[in-house]
Amino acid sequence: MFRNQYDSDVTVWSPQGRLHQVEYAMEAVNLGSATVGLKSKTHAVLIALKRASSELSAYQKKVINIDEHIGITISGLTADARILSRYMRTECLNYKYSHDTVLPLNRLISTLGNKMQVCTQRYDRRPYGVGLLVAGFDDKGAHIYQTCPSANYYDCKAMSIGARSQSARTYLEKKIDELHNAPLEDLIKHGLRALRDTLPPEVDLNTKNVSIGFVGDKQPFKILDEDETAPFLALIEGEERRGGGGGPPDAAAAPLRDEAGDQDAPREPVPQVAMDTD
Amino acid sequence: MSSIGTGYDLSASQFSPDGRVFQVEYAMKAVENSGTIIGLKAKDGVILAAEKLILSKLHETGTNRRIFNIDTHIGMAVSGLIADARQIVEIARKEAAAYRTKYGTKIPVKFLNDRVSMYIHAYTLYSAIRPYGCSVILSSFDNDEPEMYTIDPSGVSFGFHGCATGKAKQSAKTEIEKLKLGNYTCKELVKEAAKIIYTVHDELKDKNFELELSWVCKDSKGVHEKVPDSVYSDAEKAAKQAMEADSESDTEDM
Amino acid sequence: MFDPTSNPPPFWQNGPAPGAFYNFPNTKSGPSDEFQHSQAPITTATSIVAIKYATGVIIAGDLLGSYGSLARYRNCPRVLQVNENIILGAGGDYGDFQYIKNFIEQKIVQEECLDDGFKLKPKSLYCWLTRVMYSCRSKFDPLWNNLVIGGIQDGEPFLGTVDKLGTAFTDKIICTGYGAHIAVPLLREAMEKNPNMSKDEAKALVEKSMEVLFYRDARSFPKYQVAIIDQNEGSVIEGPLVVKQNWSLAHMISGYN
Repeated sequence: MFRNQYDSDVTVWSPQGRLHQVEYAMEAVNLGSATVGLKSKTHAVLIALKRASSELSAYQKKVINIDEHIGITISGLTADARILSRYMRTECLNYKYSHDTVLPLNRLISTLGNKMQVCTQRYDRRPYGVGLLVAGFDDKGAHIYQTCPSANYYDCKAMSIGARSQSARTYLEKKIDELHNAPLEDLIKHGLRALRDTLPPEVDLNTKNVSIGFVGDKQPFKILDEDETAPFLALIEGEERRGGGGGPPDAAAAPLRDEAGDQDAPREPVPQVAMDTD
Repeated sequence: MSSIGTGYDLSASQFSPDGRVFQVEYAMKAVENSGTIIGLKAKDGVILAAEKLILSKLHETGTNRRIFNIDTHIGMAVSGLIADARQIVEIARKEAAAYRTKYGTKIPVKFLNDRVSMYIHAYTLYSAIRPYGCSVILSSFDNDEPEMYTIDPSGVSFGFHGCATGKAKQSAKTEIEKLKLGNYTCKELVKEAAKIIYTVHDELKDKNFELELSWVCKDSKGVHEKVPDSVYSDAEKAAKQAMEADSESDTEDM
Repeated sequence: MFDPTSNPPPFWQNGPAPGAFYNFPNTKSGPSDEFQHSQAPITTATSIVAIKYATGVIIAGDLLGSYGSLARYRNCPRVLQVNENIILGAGGDYGDFQYIKNFIEQKIVQEECLDDGFKLKPKSLYCWLTRVMYSCRSKFDPLWNNLVIGGIQDGEPFLGTVDKLGTAFTDKIICTGYGAHIAVPLLREAMEKNPNMSKDEAKALVEKSMEVLFYRDARSFPKYQVAIIDQNEGSVIEGPLVVKQNWSLAHMISGYN
């Protein structure tokens, strides 16, 4: 691996005006498994691919709830993400304590950005090696934010980060115009398809390795368990992989639409789980 | 330039034998990699304009603005690393707030400029921290007096009538020099600002960009704000027309 | 105490912070350990009268700053518009009120700077002031005020109050100081008869209360201001208004001097 003399500390600028340590930290995000975030007017959805470190181990948790109205998925160093999620939880709680209302997403993210920036400027720190997708709902509607180790953050219509996430982004870019008015179920389906596009051919999504979280108006952030995930996986089962997303839309959509036709049946779990949370 | 490989360019707290601090110069390079921002002083106010490059189709419009409000009467446009810049914005806001609580009046931009430059300069003194990778432009219209300053990563600051930093700062400066700045009102100058940003944008290297415009002037009652929608769309239209007229004359030449 | 400019990103320990670039590094200066907390208000303002009506809230307070029993300052406004959703009135120590007012104004400026479309809501300010008042009193250093917060939130009028001890509650009728004894019964009676008062009815009622208070409360003053916030008409501060006085009975009162 090429080594240059300007990449040992975050405090060193390269002659080109780059910060190699920060750029390397950005690479850590690509080591984590892929995760997708997308939103409509009414909901923000997070879908993540979970990994197990061995046959015997459980799958690593990827979706974390922050507050009633916010949840995140992570890609990169899980331990770093725990620091950030604890910070976000504290911020949300403090705001609720002092203002009796939920913390607006953009304000949370900008304080988080400023916290992360400090670590990119000091010799005694390193950047956080984790990228986050933050889903939330506040007075300004649904939001998906992406944060990076470089302390940059972006307000997104949809986004995917993590290993092989480019394929998911390609899918999302293709569907971007459909998302805004999509019902929750379609949103989840799009998210699952985008996530599936990041998988190597021999792997498929199943209830063990997929994690779904969503939030909406009067819908606190909810992470689905395996039983609740299964019906959504069933919705996209049997579709053609890869090309399927952009491919022959009629063939792919026809059976799906049948399912969505009697919309109430598969959608019923949503209000039910809403009552289950706290 | 005898910088690379000499070993004198690895720390902000080290001079090279010919008396330069290379780390600070490298930080300025970071500024030159970012979208262009310009500031123009009119008779009755100051305009800030930014070329915000769009990195992905998946991003919302309006994310990562490059022009900020510091206090009601002060605006700041930033170029360079946006994460660094937001830290400067935060510091400037706190300084403005601290001044207001202490003295009960809004901070004169001259004082704010002083304090923020000192802060940025402090980051060029120690090996344990790196200099900020961003330049900022401060604008204000207070007591009927338009004022504008820029601050470099080195902590050096100057007052300006018209200034530019970022990618295309050279060509933007050339464009600004063509204007007779003292003759314009803000309303007129907004269009010129938009035109300059459109002119210096390099379509081959960076595909999409969003134009940001703000002003602080008589019309806004001394409040720094995004220009109103109607003014914005007029300015954008004027800029696009100017670009078209330009490209037509180019093809005629051919 | 509490810092309006909380959360500056730490440079490093004892490093330059806003407003303190000049003592870098390792210079610590602070107040000594012993000091006397305030135990009594100095310049005081008397009652606040506030009611909720069908579509809004009215808060009234007179303009007097008393120095003990001396009517010393005669132009001390103490009702204000916080932002387009909120009005506020305050009684008690006038200096403490000005201190709180500065904090609130700074909070609003900072929020405006963010320009993110979020505006402080009355319930949020009410909650925040409650935390402030309670935390100060828990340090045995209370801000000596009665604060009354009115506003419109989610299309509904809101009225709440917090005192120097951090006791906070919401109600349709809130009067502080002497008004709690004199004006509340009047207002309750009127409101029982007419639960959905119009703005004009409410205004007349407040006017009446201010008149009665002026006759009965020796720390009151005939000039007063009224802040009104309405769902449909936004917020205004009216005044100074003057209590209509009639002293024709005065010569019949004897035996009190």
